[in-house]
Amino acid sequence: MIEIKDLHVSVEGIEILKGINLSVKAGEIHAIMGPNGSGKSTLAHVLSGKEGYEITKGEIIYNNKNLLELLPEERAREGLFLAFQYPVEIPGISNMYFLKAGLNEIRKHRGLSEIDAIDFLALVKDKMELVEIDKKLLNRPVNEGFSGGEKKRNEIFQMAILEPKLAILDETDSGLDIDALRIVANGVNKLKNKDNSFVIITHYQRLLHYIVPDFVHVLYNGKIVKSGGKELALELEDKGYDWLKEVA
Amino acid sequence: MSEESKILEEVINQEYKYGFVTDVEMETIPKGLNEEIIRIISAKKNEPEFMLKWRLKAFKSWQKMKEPHWPKVKYNPVDYQNLRYYAAPKKNPELESLDEVDPELLKTYEKLGISLDEQKRLSGVAVDAVFDSVSVATTFKDKLADLGIIFGSFSDAVQNHPDLIKKYLGSVVPTTDNFFAALNAAVFSDGSFCYIPKGVRCPMELSTYFRINASETGQFERTLIIADEGSYVSYLEGCTAPMRDENQLHAAVVELVALDNAEIKYSTVQNWYPGDKDGKGGIYNFVTKRGACRGVNSKISWTQVETGSAITWKYPSVLLQGDNSIGAFYSVAMTNNYQQADTGSKMIHLGKNTKSTIISKGISAGRSDNSYRGLVRVSKKATNARNYSQCDSLLIGDKSGAHTFPYIEVKNPTAIVEHEATTSKIGEDQIFYCNQRGLSTEDAISMIVNGYCKEVFRELPMEFAVEAQNLLNVSLEGSVG
Repeated sequence: MIEIKDLHVSVEGIEILKGINLSVKAGEIHAIMGPNGSGKSTLAHVLSGKEGYEITKGEIIYNNKNLLELLPEERAREGLFLAFQYPVEIPGISNMYFLKAGLNEIRKHRGLSEIDAIDFLALVKDKMELVEIDKKLLNRPVNEGFSGGEKKRNEIFQMAILEPKLAILDETDSGLDIDALRIVANGVNKLKNKDNSFVIITHYQRLLHYIVPDFVHVLYNGKIVKSGGKELALELEDKGYDWLKEVA
Repeated sequence: MSEESKILEEVINQEYKYGFVTDVEMETIPKGLNEEIIRIISAKKNEPEFMLKWRLKAFKSWQKMKEPHWPKVKYNPVDYQNLRYYAAPKKNPELESLDEVDPELLKTYEKLGISLDEQKRLSGVAVDAVFDSVSVATTFKDKLADLGIIFGSFSDAVQNHPDLIKKYLGSVVPTTDNFFAALNAAVFSDGSFCYIPKGVRCPMELSTYFRINASETGQFERTLIIADEGSYVSYLEGCTAPMRDENQLHAAVVELVALDNAEIKYSTVQNWYPGDKDGKGGIYNFVTKRGACRGVNSKISWTQVETGSAITWKYPSVLLQGDNSIGAFYSVAMTNNYQQADTGSKMIHLGKNTKSTIISKGISAGRSDNSYRGLVRVSKKATNARNYSQCDSLLIGDKSGAHTFPYIEVKNPTAIVEHEATTSKIGEDQIFYCNQRGLSTEDAISMIVNGYCKEVFRELPMEFAVEAQNLLNVSLEGSVG
């Protein structure tokens, strides 16, 4: 699915990522954990093509394509989805209209015809149940006036509609109460299949009680300092992040 | 410059596609402005004596007036003696049918997307085409005449319906109203005239399409619409001009009169040449538009989409004279590059239970400056007057400006006046969010802007709402620097 090789990234001359190597195959769930400031969100932003990051070294191969050469919208149309840590409000555009436009761009890119209103509504109804999102939110402007939890749920709802090949969840669990956390995790578990992959970025391991990762990586100071199975998350829960300083 | 900004830049800098010049033989008069010129214009139009007197009176008051400089716009002084006040295609404009219109002119309108051929024309829209100073063609005239509707050039109306002209001309915008209105009254050469008789609901959209073609020529047209008791009309004007390096003056006057229970909807899609991306050339659009809700329960609404002109200075207004009358103003004003707009509305509440609504959406991109200026006045006798104003500004990029100047004067304690204002910016975060869901930067901006203008577009007649949306997308091309 995606192969990150020796990725070095700087922001305004300061190196944030210092040689990341990561390989995610179809059907896998990877969790990336680490303390604040370790470079987790930077990695998510670089993968999705956000501006302001200088790639000084390394490459990223995504489904046989050089990811770094693609525009953000091309990456999205190729099936890369980012659930934002801070979803953006867009006044004046209804959530439904926005999603339909995005879905149709992705469909066009895949050589499919545009989805009509009736089929789209059926799809929405189906996915709505999956993430237990309030119907009222669908016709409101994108994220405008949504609570923190509603915004995050809306991200998962969008993910469900767009059916990405690779979904990156950037601290989707932060700021969620336990019920919302369960709903978000449920969504991911139901969407998971053998052809798609998830990269879950999180500070806390609690989300991993609900989503069981195949691999856990610990990011510290711009490097992956340790990788392992799901038991690594539990180890982090016990020990915290302090012991990493010695490893690094 | 970032990749995103570059795309934005390209989008905003799309070229003005109506900038061509038509090569047609013109009849003009010498440059300059004096009594003699006014007499020549009046004579050319074969006007009755009362019109000449009216023009000369306007000219006398104009001579005593000063060009207003209170709007928040900057420009080099206009040399009124170096302008030409009359230009018309040489072929006799007194035509029996469209077959006699100069084919060059027909081609011009075809190119602008306005077919004057009634067969090909979208059903349900009658067009009066004004080329430089004169009306060159009016479609569906006969069909409308069957209902008693008078629709055609102002000159025709002066010849054939002098009583209506005498009664209503200058009754809403007097010759002494302001500098540009006085100038227009003195030298205006043509425009559209429309009269809807009692109880008639006009079955099609009426529209005037204005085209400036000649150089160094001012365009001064005048529109007068009268909706008699219980009648209804929806009217649309569109405007374009060639690209020229010099600035050209356009000073029009529009007067609307709605009698008892009548309704007038007036929509404008203004796309005069805005000047190039460095601010060279473009139209100075100094226009006075006012409607009088003279009768009880009458209704006038102005809807405007302003994307063109180097400078826009206009405040479509409603005088709410009749009891229970309603006035509305819906506006989208988009400025880009070095364009300047100072626009808004005046709602003057005179009758009882009068209501008005102002929805203004300003969009500023590039280095442009966009101001909303509006007045809501409730007079002593206007009990239970109600106004709601909403003025929103949207900034694109970080070099543009938005300003709001609301004036409220209330002299009756029963009035309820509400004013809301917001300013927002299209941020890179919003664009990236849209990109991440598969939308291109261009589509993202157009989606955000169209979402923002929705309330106004909704008020436009259907086929023009689409045109307005396209126009806005074109004007937006390249809007973030």
